[in-house]
Amino acid sequence: MAPSIGAKVVLLREDLDRLIAELRERGYVVIGPTLGEGAILYEEVTSSGDLPAGWSDVAEAAAYRLQEGADRRLFGYSLAAQGWKRHLYPPRQRLFLAERAGRGFRLSSGEADGAPMALLGVRACELAAIQIQDRVFTKEGFTEPGYAGRRRAAFIVAVECGRAAATCFCASAGTGPAVGPGYDLLLNEMIDGDAHRFLATAGSDNGAAILGGLSCRPPTAAELSSAAAQPAAAAAQQQRRISADAAGVLTRAAESPHWEAVSKRCLTCGNCTMVCPTCFCTTVEDITDLSGDIAERWRQWDSCFTIDYSYIHGGSVRQSGAARYRQWITHKLASWHRQFGSSGCVGCGRCIAWCPVGIDITAELHALEQAEQVSKGGDNGAD
Amino acid sequence: MTVLPANPMSPRPFRILKVVRELSDTFTLLLQPETGGAFSFRPGQFNMLYVFGAGEVPISISGEPAEDRQLVHTIRSVGPVTQALGRLKAGDVVGVRGPFGTPWPVEDAFGDDLAIIAGGVGLAPLRPAIYQALANRPRFGKLIIMYGARTPQDILFRKELEKWRSRFDVNVHVTVDHATGQWAGRVGVVTKVVAKAGFDPLHTTALVCGPEVMMRYAVEALEERGVAASKVHVSMERNMKCGVGLCGHCQWGPHFVCRDGPVFRFSDVAALFPVREL
Repeated sequence: MAPSIGAKVVLLREDLDRLIAELRERGYVVIGPTLGEGAILYEEVTSSGDLPAGWSDVAEAAAYRLQEGADRRLFGYSLAAQGWKRHLYPPRQRLFLAERAGRGFRLSSGEADGAPMALLGVRACELAAIQIQDRVFTKEGFTEPGYAGRRRAAFIVAVECGRAAATCFCASAGTGPAVGPGYDLLLNEMIDGDAHRFLATAGSDNGAAILGGLSCRPPTAAELSSAAAQPAAAAAQQQRRISADAAGVLTRAAESPHWEAVSKRCLTCGNCTMVCPTCFCTTVEDITDLSGDIAERWRQWDSCFTIDYSYIHGGSVRQSGAARYRQWITHKLASWHRQFGSSGCVGCGRCIAWCPVGIDITAELHALEQAEQVSKGGDNGAD
Repeated sequence: MTVLPANPMSPRPFRILKVVRELSDTFTLLLQPETGGAFSFRPGQFNMLYVFGAGEVPISISGEPAEDRQLVHTIRSVGPVTQALGRLKAGDVVGVRGPFGTPWPVEDAFGDDLAIIAGGVGLAPLRPAIYQALANRPRFGKLIIMYGARTPQDILFRKELEKWRSRFDVNVHVTVDHATGQWAGRVGVVTKVVAKAGFDPLHTTALVCGPEVMMRYAVEALEERGVAASKVHVSMERNMKCGVGLCGHCQWGPHFVCRDGPVFRFSDVAALFPVREL
């Protein structure tokens, strides 16, 4: 009988190549973790040989390093340097090309989309981030057609975390470590001596059909319980946490003196926004060729940390670094709820690792919370 | 929530029928869709105007809302794109995306006195609301237009202001920050006019548009008179790249000014107004 949604089978290490081949056979470009530039990068993979076997990562505030792992795990690292955003919503895209025609112009459309993508190795926090971006780009009134098309066509192979990096805080963000619904396939990677295998769970009809094609054996009870223990282990390792009242704290903190303190450290470089898997801001650039007869409009990722971001005639609204940091964290953890019905933070910790001065979103929030307690105490005293 | 145009990211070509020089740095474009057809909007809404190769800027619509054959924009040249718009002549073509944003709630004010308070080029986004109010004149109590400009040379739509002033059913108060030449009118900020204008504070709807600092003082003056914050509406300006709440630039607290604004009910944004660099 063909497997259905929820079906679980066991893939051996070598079956992963059959899975990749099957996805490619079905027309997907498979994007997965690879080694490059001293980091894990999500790039096209054509076989399991492209995956970072035996590699792990260490992340701390302002630090990210690869190191050799304890075993030959393919997904032994925590996170790639950047998330899947760059594939679903590319950093630079042409919106249109315009050709001068008389005193006017003729428009032709942007760029055609490539082949559908299979995203291999999506973590719980990353799946949550994709679902947050779904709400950003397909909200009432307007759907971003490029994103929506790529997203609709994408096949998601989630991989559960068995360990956490020091920067991880998905457990308190409510997005992991257990992978939530929304995947096509879920893999739990397990190594026991020489036995290297995956528990695969179908999360969609499409996922079930692909599992059916691989004709694998059902899992043993020991394999099921070993897989089930992974998220708890990853949760137990998490050292950072984010306050449940983040939105409330930030809504009340607009005039906090703490912003000045952060701005003494913040370089306003925008790294946090570039690596954040939910940050979605873009700007447009209008250019012409040398003849002046061909004009193009390009959309590219932008960051609320740049001075130009808030420019209106006469100057930028957010001149100070303090105002820009406040904008970013307040948007992420507070405004987002009202705009898109959830927090904008999934607890991946990338902004902590890739901040050149190690500013930690959880620590800054905590400091604001503490400052609020102190000032409340002071008010009471004055009464 | 307002309804967006069918393809909000693609500029539609509009041909310039006429350029009207308003002030030394301000001009009005009369536009018509190249491909024919109509252009409907509500007072207070804006378009993204595209100059071939130069870029795009958000500009409020300043024309008659009942006229859907002709699109009117009044623009002050302050940056590279508005300067490029200023170099265009009748017969040239611009790209238009829109209309975007929330309208002035003119119909909600039926039965009330209507106080229109504008500063500088802020009169342009209010002009469609004035047209709509005039078209429905019997449905309002008093109609009071309070307008402040820097100098007499900076008074926008001067002839129209005079025409409105000559009507027995419209009160027009114009004030300048600095008197020059033959100016015999009022000198001082527009908020002083608000303090004395003869509207009934308990039954007044106010529409306010101008520099942020001017709006702040205007709202204060209205509140001092006893006008409810829920009956005061302001039009905000922020950097905008998309017009559909996608690029993030226009955020003001939790609001996307392009989509949740530009016109806000003051009571909904009162807490944001005093926060600097928000």
